This record gives sequence, C-alpha cells and structure tokens, in this order.
Amino acid sequence: MSLASFFMSAVLQQSTPVQPAPQAYLSVSNVEVIYDHVILVLKGVSLQVQEGRIVALLGANGAGKTTTLKAISNLLRAERGEVTKGWIEFRGERIERLTPNQLVRKGVVQVMEGRHCFQHLTVEENLLTGAYTRGNADLRADLEKVYRYFPRLKDRRKSQSGYTSGGEQQMTAIGRALMARPKMILLDEPSMGLAPQLVEEIFEIVKDLNTKEQVSFLLAEQNTHMALRYADYGYILENGRVVMDGEGKSLAQNEDVKEFYLGFSSGDRKSFRDVKSYRRRKRWL
Amino acid sequence: MNVAFFFEVLIGGLLAGVMYSLVALGFVLIYKASGVFNFAQGAMVFFAALTFISLVERGLNFWLALVVTLAVMVVLGIAIEKVVLRPLVNQPPITLFMATIGLTFVLEGLSQLVWGSQPHGLELGIQDVPMEWLSQSTGINISQFDIFAAGVAGLLVAVLALFFQYTRIGRALRAVADDHQAALSVGIPLKHIWAIVWSVAGFVALVAGLMWGARNGVQYALTFIALKALPVLILGGFESVLGAIVGGLIIGASEKLAEVYIGPMVGGGIESWFAYVVALLFLLVRPQGLFGEKIIDRV
Repeated sequence: MSLASFFMSAVLQQSTPVQPAPQAYLSVSNVEVIYDHVILVLKGVSLQVQEGRIVALLGANGAGKTTTLKAISNLLRAERGEVTKGWIEFRGERIERLTPNQLVRKGVVQVMEGRHCFQHLTVEENLLTGAYTRGNADLRADLEKVYRYFPRLKDRRKSQSGYTSGGEQQMTAIGRALMARPKMILLDEPSMGLAPQLVEEIFEIVKDLNTKEQVSFLLAEQNTHMALRYADYGYILENGRVVMDGEGKSLAQNEDVKEFYLGFSSGDRKSFRDVKSYRRRKRWL
Repeated sequence: MNVAFFFEVLIGGLLAGVMYSLVALGFVLIYKASGVFNFAQGAMVFFAALTFISLVERGLNFWLALVVTLAVMVVLGIAIEKVVLRPLVNQPPITLFMATIGLTFVLEGLSQLVWGSQPHGLELGIQDVPMEWLSQSTGINISQFDIFAAGVAGLLVAVLALFFQYTRIGRALRAVADDHQAALSVGIPLKHIWAIVWSVAGFVALVAGLMWGARNGVQYALTFIALKALPVLILGGFESVLGAIVGGLIIGASEKLAEVYIGPMVGGGIESWFAYVVALLFLLVRPQGLFGEKIIDRV
C-alpha cells in the first residue's frame, strides 16, 4: 500500500460521520400548552416516537399526559387550549397547525380517554364513522379486519354502543381509529375502568396491531406496570415536564420508578419532586 | 255525536298537525347536530317563502325559482355557520340561543329590505277545497291541499331518514350529535357538518314555507309559526325526527278536537293556546318528550 493511499484511508476513516440518530417518526419538541390563555399545563415537553414502536407516557393524574396527546392530535383547540411554544413534527413535517381532520388524513388518530363512543350509534356504525376521512372505499374489508382483531365486536355489531360493556367500548374506540388506516395511534388510558384481565387482552391486541399492522403507538397510562410491560420506551411526566425517560425494561427496573409508580413505596419520597437530582433535569431532551 | 263529523275534525286536525311537523323538523335537525335551539327557524321559513315567491313574481319559472331559493338557503346556512356559530363555538347554549334570536330579526329585516314588506299570495296549483268524491261517498270533508301537504311532509321525512341512516354524511351528522369531541377525534370536520345541517334545515324551511305560504299567504306573520312548533317539540322531544311528526299529529288533532268539543263549553277560541296546555301537561309526565333521546346511563 502506498503512503498516499494509506493516508487517504486513514482520513476517510476519520471523517466517516457519526451515525445520526434515526429520524424520529413523531417528535415533540419543547412544547408548552396554555389553557384559556392563563393556565400553563405543559412546561416544555419533548419526546420522540420511532417508527413501529410503542412508547408509553406515564405519570399521575394531572401530570399532562392527556394534554400532550391532545396537543399532538390538536383536539386542544376545542377545549380552549393552545400550543404556545415549541413544535411538533410527524414524518419530518410540522403538524402543530393542522386540524384534527388533516391529522387523521395524515395517519395520526387519537383514541380518547373514557372511550367516547357514539352511544346512540350501533357498534358497526361507530366503526364506519372512523373511516369518514377515507370516503366510501373498501369499507367492508376494513370492517372485517377490525372484526378479526376484535371478534367480540362482530357479535355485538348491531347493538347500540351505549349498551355495550366498558371493554367492548374500548375495543370499539380502538377499532374506530383503525378504520382510518392510521400510521400512529395516540391511545389515552385504555385501561381505565377495566378489569385486569380485560386490560391485558386490550394490551395484547395493541401489541398485535403494532407488529402486524405496523401502527406506532403513543400510549398514556396510569397503569405503569402494564404499560412498561408492553412499551419499548417510556417517558415519565410530572407537573407538565418530562422528569425521566428510558427503555421500557430499564424504567421498570429503576428504583425510583418502582417506588413512585409501581407501589414499592417505603417512606416519604412520593414523586420525583422530592428527589433533588431530577429537579434540574433539562427541559430540552 | 256525529261520527262523520268527528272524523272530519280528527283528520283535519291530523293533517294540520303535519304542517306543524314540517316546521318542527327544522328545529330538530339543528338541535340534534349542534345542540342549538334555533329560534330563527321561523324566520328562515319566512325568508325562504318570500325569496321564492318574489322570484316567481319576477317571472322566474316555478322549478327554477325553487332551485335558486334552495341555493340561497344553502348559502345562508354556510354563512350562518361562518358568521354566527364558529365564533361562538364552546360558548354556553344560552349564548347560542340568544344569537339565534338576533339572527331572527336580522333575517326578517334582511328579507323585507330586499323583497319589500307587502304580503304575497302563493299558488302551488292545488286548491284548498274538500275532495268531492270523499265528501259524496262518506260525508267527510277533507281538503285536498292538506292531503298534498301531508304527502310532501311524508316524502321529506322519508328522504331525511334514509339520508341520516345510510349515508356517510348522515352517519357523521348523528355522530356529531352524540359526541362532538369524539367526532373531531376521528377526523369529522365540525364546521362542514354544521354548514350541512344548517343547509338541510334551510331546505326544510323552504318546504315548510311553501306549504304555509300557500295556505296563509307569504307575510311577516309566517315567522310566528315557529311558536306553533314549540309545543310539538316539547311533546315529541327535541332530538327526534319521528317525535316531530308524531308530536305534530297529536297537537294538530287535539287542538282541533278541543276547539270543536270543549270550546263551546268555555266560550270558544281555545284552539290557539290549547296546544300549550297539552305540552305543559306533558312536561309534567315526560320531560324529555315522547321520543326524546334516552339518556343512556350505565351503572
């Protein structure tokens, strides 16, 4: 090998750029949300969801989980909330000014906390409303797909959804979102008010949808234990800030998380607020 | 008691009730989809009828005038959504109600400004006379215009029912009526839906305006038929299309029967307020109305 070529290869090797982090599918950067022009709810939240992942958003009541999801799906506007700082990108495109209708067309659909089924519509009609943005094409096939994941809905498809059980309503709500052919589902508290067995069933289906339909999930949950079992990655919110984040498994092992959220509490420390080291955690993740 | 006469009064009352139903329908549509009690429905009826008759009097062909008026009503519906509803989104219902009262006067003023305030006669080509074959064979006098109006109302309801039940937009309308937030979350654009609802209500107002205009003439007093629709709504329930029909029938029949059989005992003239008595009594027993939406309450 000549000297020149030796140098060349050395230079080449040196200048090989560091592999950049994979482009995030959904990225929320330093978002601040204010309700009614005065109430500051999110104080600079940043998080990322990679394509094909399940990411959990954890935290207590009022930590800002729902607000974060609504900031992304832009359901905030209907509640007099507003993103006042920061930006949100989906597949490299700014989305914080889009209407919910435009977002659903782009593939971002929220399943709201408390199911919010259309009570006086039948289960099947509920599912069909989910396809509103798509017009009338291929409805049958998509209905069948939803029924494959939720066989129980097929049995109840002619029932008024207000008269179905809580679990069936949660399934209807997720199925309804699926009808829009989403790329990303923002799923808010799927476990709320459901029996543990049913919660597991729902989470299994979420996992299934994630692997088979390539739907990415951002999942707000109070049921930390369940969420960390299924999530690839997790963020912990407290008082409108992200106080910790990490791989699902490592979060589940973390002593503080165990103590604050998984019920291993021993003493006075009840939240990250009581731990000095997290106080100064940067707001720019 | 003369049986033929009883039936004549009853059927006449039922058919008059259909005319109330036509007006009540407009209220129901808007109330269902947006939770707004649209006080301006009566003014919309007047506006539609006046626009139509003025166009016809200026030499437009009947059908052309109908289409143009319909287009005007659709534009009006969209304008109301843009100018009145959208800025008031998320305000308490009473605010929206007040806004529709304001709208009533604006519409009345506007229509008279554009078309003048003199009353017009409206001719649909159907005489308000008893059907001869029926009077001759049974002795019951039924106006053929009433029958025609009932047919039109029936057709209108059938079309609306099919639209709501089987079309994508209809389904979205019902979804919005059930849960605004959820409708937003699946990507149903509320402003389009509201514009559509107000346009459909405008269409219903046009039909009601033609029927009432043909019967009573197109004049300012037409706006007050909104008040006639109130007891119908209380009886039938504010959210039910079927309720508007059945409520109309009951109100129409009871007020005519009361006028004929109870009226003489108290000196007559009870037809104009008897409907409200029925409605008030009804409120005590069933406040949500006959077909009012059942509040689904799971325990």
